[in-house]
Amino acid sequence: MSTASAAIEAKVAAKPPVLRIEPPGRWGEIPLRELWDYRELLYFFVWRDIKIRYKQTAIGAVWAILQPFMTMIVFTLFFGKLAHIPSGGLPYPIFYYAALLPWTYFSGALQGATNTIVDNQRLITKVYFPRLTLPLTDVLSGLVDFCVSFLMFVAMMVYYNIRPTATVLWLPVFLLLAMLTALGVGLWLSALNAMYRDVRYVLPFVVQFWMFASPVAYPSSLLPEKWHWLYGLNPMAGVIEGFRWSLTGRGDPPGRLLMISSGVVVVVLLGGVAFFQKMETNVADVV
Amino acid sequence: MAENVIEVRGLGKRYRIGERERYVALRDVLTRAFAAPFRRDGKRRQRDYLWALRDVNLGIRQGEVVGLIGRNGSGKTTLLKVLSRITRPTTGYAEVRGRVGSLLEVGTGFHPELTGRENIYLSGAILGMSKKEINERFDAIVAFSGVERFLDTPLKHFSSGMQMRLAFAVAAHLDPEILLVDEVLAVGDLEFQKKCLGKMEDISHSSRTIVFVSHQMNQIRRLCRRVLWLDGGQIRMEGSAAEVIGAYEAAMMTPPQGGEHSGAPQVFRSWEFAGKANILKDGLRETTLSFVICPEKPIRGGHFGMHIYNDTNVLVASWGFDEVSVEAGLGQLRVTLPYLPLQPGTYAIVCSLFDGGNSFTGGNVLEVWNAAPLLTVDTLPLTHQLDEWAGIFNIPAELTVCAHAGVAQGAREPNVQARGDAAVTDMACGPEIARRE
Repeated sequence: MSTASAAIEAKVAAKPPVLRIEPPGRWGEIPLRELWDYRELLYFFVWRDIKIRYKQTAIGAVWAILQPFMTMIVFTLFFGKLAHIPSGGLPYPIFYYAALLPWTYFSGALQGATNTIVDNQRLITKVYFPRLTLPLTDVLSGLVDFCVSFLMFVAMMVYYNIRPTATVLWLPVFLLLAMLTALGVGLWLSALNAMYRDVRYVLPFVVQFWMFASPVAYPSSLLPEKWHWLYGLNPMAGVIEGFRWSLTGRGDPPGRLLMISSGVVVVVLLGGVAFFQKMETNVADVV
Repeated sequence: MAENVIEVRGLGKRYRIGERERYVALRDVLTRAFAAPFRRDGKRRQRDYLWALRDVNLGIRQGEVVGLIGRNGSGKTTLLKVLSRITRPTTGYAEVRGRVGSLLEVGTGFHPELTGRENIYLSGAILGMSKKEINERFDAIVAFSGVERFLDTPLKHFSSGMQMRLAFAVAAHLDPEILLVDEVLAVGDLEFQKKCLGKMEDISHSSRTIVFVSHQMNQIRRLCRRVLWLDGGQIRMEGSAAEVIGAYEAAMMTPPQGGEHSGAPQVFRSWEFAGKANILKDGLRETTLSFVICPEKPIRGGHFGMHIYNDTNVLVASWGFDEVSVEAGLGQLRVTLPYLPLQPGTYAIVCSLFDGGNSFTGGNVLEVWNAAPLLTVDTLPLTHQLDEWAGIFNIPAELTVCAHAGVAQGAREPNVQARGDAAVTDMACGPEIARRE
C-alpha cells in the first residue's frame, strides 16, 4: 500500500514542472532562481565577449593597458606638472593610474551594458533567456581588461618602489562596489536605451561629465569637508578614493565615503533591476 | 495517457501600431511631453493598437505534431513567440510542461569572428543546451553538419550554405520535449531543406511534441496530423490536416477567370464523385465525376467543357466533348477518367455547357459554372518532398540503376540514397537529380 502510493508520488514528482506564461505584472519580478539556472549561458556570453575582443583587435591586450596609460600621461602632464594638483605625496603616475584603473573598467562596463540590449536585439527577438544576463556579461567580461591593466600597475609600483600594505586586502571590496555601480546604472541606461534609442548618443557625454564629478583627476580632499557626504552620493567617489587608499596605503581610509556610496549603490541597483525587469517583459516588441 | 503539454486559455497579444517598425527617441518623448498640454486628444485611441492574437484557446497533447497555417500577419509567429517566452501575452495565459526549444531562425547566436567549433558551443548554449550536453553531442553535430575540416576556421570564411548546415546541425541536436519551429525550412538550398525535413520527420516519430509553422502545405501534410488555421489572430479552424488545409486553400483561392454568369437560368446543380462526395481519395484508380444538370430545353449538338484549376490558378487539365445531346429536365453528365493523379490539395472545376455547337461553331452558351464545392484531393504526396519540386501530378516512381546499357541490376531506391542523402526517407525522382548530376 505504502509502496504503491510512494510510487505514485515519485511519478508525480517526475513530471516536468508547469511553466505559466502570463501577462506581465505591475512590477517586474526578480528571477534569481532563473538567473542561476542560466549561469552556463552567462558563462558562454562572457567567454564570447572576451574571445571576440581579443581576437578582433590586432593589438589585443595592449589596448587594455594603452587606454588608461595614455590618459595617465596626459593627466600627469596637465593636472600634475602644470596645475600642481596635490597628490598626497604619491608620484603623479601612481596617483592617476590607481584612479584610472577602476574608472576605465567602470566606463567600459557601463557603456557595454547600456548598449547590450540594442546590440543583441536579433538574439532577443529569436530566443528566450533571462535578459539580465546581457548587462551582467559586460560587467563580468570587463574584468579581464581590468586584470591586464592591473599588471601594468604592479609594474609601476615596482618601478616607483612602493610597497603595498595590508590595506590592499580591501581592494576586492572596492572592485565589487565598482562592479555593482556599473551594473546598477547600466541596468537603468540599457532599459532606457532599448526604449529610447538616442540614449546611446547621450552616453559619452554622461561618462565624461561623470569622470570630472569623480576624484580621478584630483583628490577628494580638495573639496570642503562639509560637502563630503554629498560627494559620496556619487558611488564612484568612494570606489576611486578606495582604490588609491588600498593600493598605496597612503592617506586616510575613505570610511564615510564608502558607507554612503554603498548605500547609494544598493538603491540604484535594486531600482535598476526592477526597472530593467519591467522593460524586459516587452523588450522583444520594442527593440 | 497523453496529457496536454501546452494549454492555452484566452490568450491575447496586443501591439502598438508602428511599435515594431520605428524606434522612439527620447527627444520625441520630451517634445511630446511639452506639447501635450496644448493638444486636445491626450489619450491614445483604441485604433492605435493591433491585436496580433485574440482569445486563442488550445490544448496540445504530448507527442502531437501540430501545424500552424495562415496568411502573413495572422499571428502564427506571435503565438510561437509567446509560447517560447520571447514576448509576454497581454491577456490570458499559456501553460507549458517540459523543456521548450524554439527554432525561430537558423543560426541564432552565431558570431562571424568565432570558429566553427566555438560557434557550436555558443549557439548550443543560447538555444538552451548545457555544456555537458553539447560535449556529448559534439561529434554527432559535426558529423551531421559535414564541415569537419573547417571546425577551426572563423565562421566568416564559411560559405552561407556551410553556415546553414552547421546551424541546423546544432539545432537538430537540441533535444527538448517541446519543439517550436517557425518557417526555418524555407531558407537554404534544396539539399539543406531536404535534410531538415528528414530530421523533422525523425523527430516527429519520437514522442516529442512539435508545433510547426509553414507555408508549404505538402510539408504540413507530411508532418502533421493536426492543423490549426490562424486568421486575424484567432483560430479559424482546427482539425485533421486534409480538412483544414482544404478549407484554407479554398479560402485563399480566387475563382478562375471566365466564370461569368450568362444570366440564363442555372443548368448545373451539383457535382460529386460517384458516391464519394467531393473528395478524391485515390488518384490512381478509375474515377467518375457526376454533374447534375437541369436544362429547361433539350440540348442538341452541344458542347460540354470541364476544366480543372489548381490553387495557383494554373489550368491542370481540360476536356471538351462535342455533339452532346441532353433532354430537358433533371439529368446527369458523367465524366469517367482512368486516373486523376493530382497532388493533394484543393482544385476548382469549371464547367461550360453550349447548345447547338461549341464556341468556334457559333454555339450558344447556356452556363459557365464554377463547380461548388471545390474538389479536394486527399492522397499521400508521392513525388518530391519539397513543394516547389512536387509538381502538378502525383505519380509514384521507381528507379532502376543499370551498369551498362540494357543490363538491369534491379536496384531500387535504397541505392540512390547511398549517394549521401541518408536523412531523406523516401527518395524522390524530381528534376533536381538531373540538375545536380
